[in-house]
Amino acid sequence: MNILVCIKQVPDTTEIKIDPIKNTLIREGVPSIVNPFDSYALEAAARIKDKNLDTKIVVLSMGPEQAKSALKECLSVGGDKAYLVSDRAFGGSDTLATSYIISETIKKLEGMEGKFDAIFCGKQAIDGDTAQVGPEIAEHLNYPQVTYGLEAEINGEKLKVNKEVEDGAEIISVEMPCVVTFTKPSFDPRYPSIKSKLAANRAQIPILTAADIPTIDLSRAGLKGSPTKVKKTFVPPRKQGGVKIKEDTNDASARKLFQLLNDAHVI
Amino acid sequence: MDARTKDLWVFIETAKNGKALNVGLELLNPGRRLAEKQGGNLVAVVIGENTDNAVQAVSDHGADKVIVVEGPEYQSYTTDAYVAAMYALTEKYEPNTILIGATPNGRDMGPRLACRLKTGLTADCTALDIDEESGNVAWTRPAFGGNLMATILCPEHRPQIGTIRPGVFKKEPNGDSGAAKVIREEFHVPAEQIRTQLLDVIKEAAGEIVDLEGAEIIISGGRGVGGSEGFAPVRELAVALGATVGASRAAVDAGWIPHSHQVGQTGKTVGPKLYIACGISGAIQHLAGMSGSNVVVAINKDPEAPIFNVADYSVVGDLFEVLPVLTAEVRKLNDA
Repeated sequence: MNILVCIKQVPDTTEIKIDPIKNTLIREGVPSIVNPFDSYALEAAARIKDKNLDTKIVVLSMGPEQAKSALKECLSVGGDKAYLVSDRAFGGSDTLATSYIISETIKKLEGMEGKFDAIFCGKQAIDGDTAQVGPEIAEHLNYPQVTYGLEAEINGEKLKVNKEVEDGAEIISVEMPCVVTFTKPSFDPRYPSIKSKLAANRAQIPILTAADIPTIDLSRAGLKGSPTKVKKTFVPPRKQGGVKIKEDTNDASARKLFQLLNDAHVI
Repeated sequence: MDARTKDLWVFIETAKNGKALNVGLELLNPGRRLAEKQGGNLVAVVIGENTDNAVQAVSDHGADKVIVVEGPEYQSYTTDAYVAAMYALTEKYEPNTILIGATPNGRDMGPRLACRLKTGLTADCTALDIDEESGNVAWTRPAFGGNLMATILCPEHRPQIGTIRPGVFKKEPNGDSGAAKVIREEFHVPAEQIRTQLLDVIKEAAGEIVDLEGAEIIISGGRGVGGSEGFAPVRELAVALGATVGASRAAVDAGWIPHSHQVGQTGKTVGPKLYIACGISGAIQHLAGMSGSNVVVAINKDPEAPIFNVADYSVVGDLFEVLPVLTAEVRKLNDA
């Protein structure tokens, strides 16, 4: 089994603060992390490897050179090899352009690492929250897809995916090669050991540029290759004028709340 | 840009029983406004099995036309069948704009369809308008966990497509029922072209259905409920109000309630009419999931809890004393 896991380095959105005067995001000093959903995808791959020792896990990221640190983190928790695809010409890519570049990179990597049976991605990245790149990679490659995966296991020629739905889970059988995007499972991803961390730190991470992947049509990459354009960004207005209820007793507070909600026809 | 119709489409997702999901009917409301500004028809696209009920519903909610694709292969959503049908329809009729509900299935289908059409898609929008300058749809959506809003245009590709968060818009029956022109399209997807197969369904314990995204009222518990048994007063109020029970990440991570109840960045994004947060401090990730709620009530012992910054009604107090009294009052109202 040969699995490719796509990951993104993202700012830790928990740490983002709003400048109260300029009303803009303060991005400086915000730590970078592996997108949490991508770490669930990597964990799903690592669990397949736990049961099938001949599994190889290749990790791929697209982004600036500093994303190497995120890839190294992945190598310490299950990844066998890591690649970064990075080029100024790819900057400003929207999801369609990004997924196109990644799908061409996957074809290039298959020449080096062998054909991938499955491509695992996080459901979405916590900075963009689009949840589009995974399904769009599947479309570029004409692979079947399963989204909202929790866990996956090999079932003969197919992959069996536990997919989260409203009222529980569905067990989906999908033909390989396929793309699966993962959401948060009930278990935590594994932690690195000191040994695996040291090994990951020493690992060489090859960078692939546009020149290395000549099949990429640069008119479909970067800002100019992106059909969607950001017109403006703004910080959402905070709610104003909330009612504070703090009566002498909790009982009285509850009654007042009920009265206000009832008067406002909310209940 | 190629010449095509000015029509605006709303994708109507159907449930297994053939009924239209609420979000599709909701989107006919802003769809009407955008279609009028663009000078096109408002077209509902219904895909499913036994769609009569859904076709009637979209007609009652103001669609000018309904395109219907019906077949047993559409009873349950599959990526391959639905994307194939939507792609074929889009190529044939060339709509200008497509609105899709940002349900799990909508967000599975949207990017796949947009990519096949080589056009742009804006995900999980919370506001829609027409950009005065260019005449394109202005899609507004949250990013960075709700810390930032972005307005996106798709100027040079058609159709322009967006997925829109359920509960943002209101359904508006037009009273002029049965007026929509119904076009039936025969389009079938052979079984071998559907590359996924449903093997089994695992229902959550006690047959509890957690439809947070479609819920009108949500009562959520957080770290402050203190344990699984602490959810009891939360559930009692939920029963009295006909509400769905939600939870913060802290409560889910502690194992007090399954992840399917989680509201927030690594859980569900919700937009109910009323959201009652009990013992939830209001981490930014939680706020990202519930900031689309119409009315927010927060009950917390800590007067400094950040949840109070987004609450319409802030109750500083002990949830274990506030909730039972509130529940009793609601029951009295129900019995009256």
